[in-house]
Amino acid sequence: MPRINPQEVREIAILARLRLGDAEILRLTHELDGILGYIETVQALDTGAVEPMTHAVPFDCPMRADELGQSLTVEQALANAPRRRESSFEVPRIVPGTGVA
Amino acid sequence: MSSHDYEAVIGLEAHVQLGTVTKIFSISSAAFGGEPNRHTDPVCLGLPGALPVLNRRAVDMAVRLGLATGSRIRSRCRFARKHYFYPDLPKGFQISQYDEPLCEGGVVTFRLDGEVKQVRLVRIHMEDDAGKNIHDPSGVSFVDYNRAGVPLCEMVSEPDIRSADEAAEYLRAIRTLVRYLGISDGNMEEGSLRCDANVSIRPRGESKLGTKTELKNINSFKNVRDAIEHEIARQKLLCGRGEAVVQETRLWDPDHGISATMRSKEEAHDYRYFPEPDLPPVVVDETWLAAARAALPELPEARHARFLGLGLSAQDASVLVAERQIGDYFDQALAAARALPKKIANWVINEVLARVADARQLTDEDVPVPPAALAELVDLVEKGTLSGKLGKEVFGRMWQERRRAGDIVAAESVSLVSDSAVIEAACRRVVERSPDEVARFRAGNAKLLGFFVGNVMKETGGKANPKIVNEILRKLLA
Amino acid sequence: MASHVRGLPLVAQAEGVAAGQWKSRDLVEAYLDRIARLDKRIGAFLLVDVEGARRKADIIDKRIAAGESLGPLAGVPVGLKDIFVTKGIETTAGSKILKGFVPPYESTATARLEAAGAVSLGKLNLDEFAMGSSNENSAYHPVRNPWDLERVPGGSSGGSAAAVAASLCAGTLGTDTGGSIRQPASLCGVVGVKPTYGRVSRYGVIAFASSLDHPGPFGRTVEDAAALLEVIAGHDPMDSTSIPQPAGRYRQASRAGLSGMRLGVPKEYFQAGMDAEVEAAVRAALDELGRLGARLVPVSLPHTKYAIATYYLICTAEASSNLARYDGVRYGHRTAEASSLEELYGKTRGEGFGAESKRRIVLGTYVLRAGYYEAYYGKALRVRRLIADDFVAAFQQCDALVTPTSPTPAFKLGERASDPLQMYLADIYTVAPPLAGVPALSQCCGFTKSGLPIGLQTIGPALGEEAVFRVAGAYEAATDWHRRLPEDPA
Ligand SMILES: [Mg+2]
Ligand SMILES: [Zn+2]
Repeated sequence: MPRINPQEVREIAILARLRLGDAEILRLTHELDGILGYIETVQALDTGAVEPMTHAVPFDCPMRADELGQSLTVEQALANAPRRRESSFEVPRIVPGTGVA
Repeated sequence: MSSHDYEAVIGLEAHVQLGTVTKIFSISSAAFGGEPNRHTDPVCLGLPGALPVLNRRAVDMAVRLGLATGSRIRSRCRFARKHYFYPDLPKGFQISQYDEPLCEGGVVTFRLDGEVKQVRLVRIHMEDDAGKNIHDPSGVSFVDYNRAGVPLCEMVSEPDIRSADEAAEYLRAIRTLVRYLGISDGNMEEGSLRCDANVSIRPRGESKLGTKTELKNINSFKNVRDAIEHEIARQKLLCGRGEAVVQETRLWDPDHGISATMRSKEEAHDYRYFPEPDLPPVVVDETWLAAARAALPELPEARHARFLGLGLSAQDASVLVAERQIGDYFDQALAAARALPKKIANWVINEVLARVADARQLTDEDVPVPPAALAELVDLVEKGTLSGKLGKEVFGRMWQERRRAGDIVAAESVSLVSDSAVIEAACRRVVERSPDEVARFRAGNAKLLGFFVGNVMKETGGKANPKIVNEILRKLLA
Repeated sequence: MASHVRGLPLVAQAEGVAAGQWKSRDLVEAYLDRIARLDKRIGAFLLVDVEGARRKADIIDKRIAAGESLGPLAGVPVGLKDIFVTKGIETTAGSKILKGFVPPYESTATARLEAAGAVSLGKLNLDEFAMGSSNENSAYHPVRNPWDLERVPGGSSGGSAAAVAASLCAGTLGTDTGGSIRQPASLCGVVGVKPTYGRVSRYGVIAFASSLDHPGPFGRTVEDAAALLEVIAGHDPMDSTSIPQPAGRYRQASRAGLSGMRLGVPKEYFQAGMDAEVEAAVRAALDELGRLGARLVPVSLPHTKYAIATYYLICTAEASSNLARYDGVRYGHRTAEASSLEELYGKTRGEGFGAESKRRIVLGTYVLRAGYYEAYYGKALRVRRLIADDFVAAFQQCDALVTPTSPTPAFKLGERASDPLQMYLADIYTVAPPLAGVPALSQCCGFTKSGLPIGLQTIGPALGEEAVFRVAGAYEAATDWHRRLPEDPA
């Protein structure tokens, strides 16, 4: 039984906003199946009481004072923009309200 | 089932923009507006290699909001990445909080039609704001990242709200609260307070929740009420027809007063949360909490209760509590005056508030009539030195000329004539030239007293103390 | 002059410049000449900043002539893995999706290098977004191993390792997430150091896997690497995971000798799968360390067999997140025509990312999905703790661990390209230290019969860079491997 099928890879690619060709999907499915098979070795390990290690440092989050620093200029901010109009980044038409916060 | 047999179940997610100087994770300005992309830095633009550094004041503001709502503040909370793609989201994820938010539980208390309401909170968490998409008629859109990275507190309520009015009042209470705390201006028009609503209906008496829809883009108090009212009606209509409510996200269109499907449950996001590796856990210790607690102002609901205890009407108390500065002004005037709280309240509401565009400026240094000056005026009226009518005139001049009541009265002898000899002379002149009226009064027409008083006031240019006029007239006409 | 820089240690160059013996400009010209002649065959550079290097060298020379006292690396030509953002200099992370990106800011590590007087010659090749072990994942061109041009230099910091091996720079910076400094150092026969996590700021280092990314130096000698690390290490308020302790005195440690040290030999690092020549060289190195006065102690890191799976779960999840920002809106590649947002994203990212990036984005997205998190990412974070605890326990019994760096010497280009899993499994000796966050160094400990370098890895406890430098410095002082140089390609 394969661990992952092309349809799943296609769904994940959509979630990750990667347009992939059919051949790429098939190759990835095959590769990921092998990698997932290997990765599942960790499943056998009993980690019930183990605290997840989210960071490799032992200290708490440092915090800074609420003080202004050097901002980028508008030109610096937009210098690398593939498309812009005046002081804004340009994108294809956005259907209003489709974002979330 | 008739539509009256259903009740609405509403939960709100409110986003409060915190009024810090800089962004939550970086050093550019968090100021509203201005030229697009004027307030950016590598972090809030999501440039490769940039890393977040947490703004302590943003956390402190969130702690104060948590304390003010009676939330449990986690001594250790955590940021998490929430992933989705959208042009206003520069990193492809929002730095939010997920399974370990700063605040859990708590309650927002407010009054609706004189009744105390409580809406419980699930949580309050911190996150960074997205930029702004600008829709252009030319068919493309534009993005401005000035707002990207401005600190937000997201307040998630339990589904404790039962009507559109309650929802709007709950949101107003949040606005009042954040203004009291000085953490946000809570301005819905500028987007510093925003709200999404989860709405469902169920047969009255049922405890199970119905299928809910999520409403977005309801960004004014009026929209909150209209959108929720519309959604409740829409769901009742569906149920009346025996149709099912579909779980979906709907977008409110305030121009046409309707909502439309934005995305269905199937298209729902998979946010792929995981702990933000760039930020270790955030610790808020006892010392910090104690300092934040000590710095809390008297909160709106406590103040409301205290004002009722002073003998104010519910309506007056509401007005005085609406903004922290109004209540502060009232309290300061009250402390400086001898007059009753009720009297001070009337002056504040009818004279002071009528003259300010923004009540939040009341405690500014340069307010024309500071609280102590109002107190002096009210005492002059209560003592009888000025009539109510004169008092209002004097107040007008105080506001215009930035002078104290005592100065105006002393310098221009606008004070009420209380000299009995002067008043008695005026009374005698009126009585002598009005024999008919005197006869009719003595025959039992008590209403004619007003005629005599009015004429005496004319005689004295309106300055006679009405109390003394009454006493003398009664004696002369007896 | 031109021939003198070949094999010349960085610290010697710094001393020469400081003493007025050499001009920085002369060193720069010597390296630029070598780069112009040799790098066509090696491919270590993505960008050579000829004018910038000359300008900076001249400034250094003027200041030295004026009697100013400059930083410890004054005038020394260095190279930067193209994952460090450099203000005003194109930075691509080896990816087409960042082609043409000119950052408006500078990474902390490179800013510190420049403040110490180092002169950057340019940006070095790497596997795209530091994902790979052969440098074949560069979107631009592969890097060839100076010891055998048919072979890979290792990765992902292949350009950084090859540039030092071929004397195209005095020293370089790289990053190590699962072995990306130590493995190419091993395959190219140079010294590479992955310090303690948080020791060198990640600010301005393009993120691959945030909780695992470690910037660090490459040098021809242990002391060269120590000198570079002393400059780039230390607290940075711009990185919230930067450790507060100041940098240590690593050059001094590299000369301190290892008498009295207990060196742990983890049995899990000497099992089947290791190339016979590699095993022989590493065991000979252990003997040498014993002769030098170290006491060898057998230790166990029992969770080693889970390290690769754990590593790939964590690094792909974090990579899928870190690579989400490449959307064609603010910088980098953008597809030519897109009539909707979905098209903009899908095409831009489909065109801009190479095969390995896509593989890791898809795998990382898969393991973070709702319902899968606990089984994969959550599980990996717990196993990561067990792996880190193994190191804590081992360091109760010893001061440092000594192991091979890579199970094989450099392999041929294309040899493993078709089997990603085989490529991943070769990281067996390098993935655990970054999971634990502990420092580790690779240095040359011999050559195969066919003349390929073999790497020895020394691993220290967290914040224990000094122990690592003591072992490596003492070993280097007693051996000659580091003096061997590859022939310049024709
Ligand atoms: Mg929400
Ligand atoms: Zn939110």
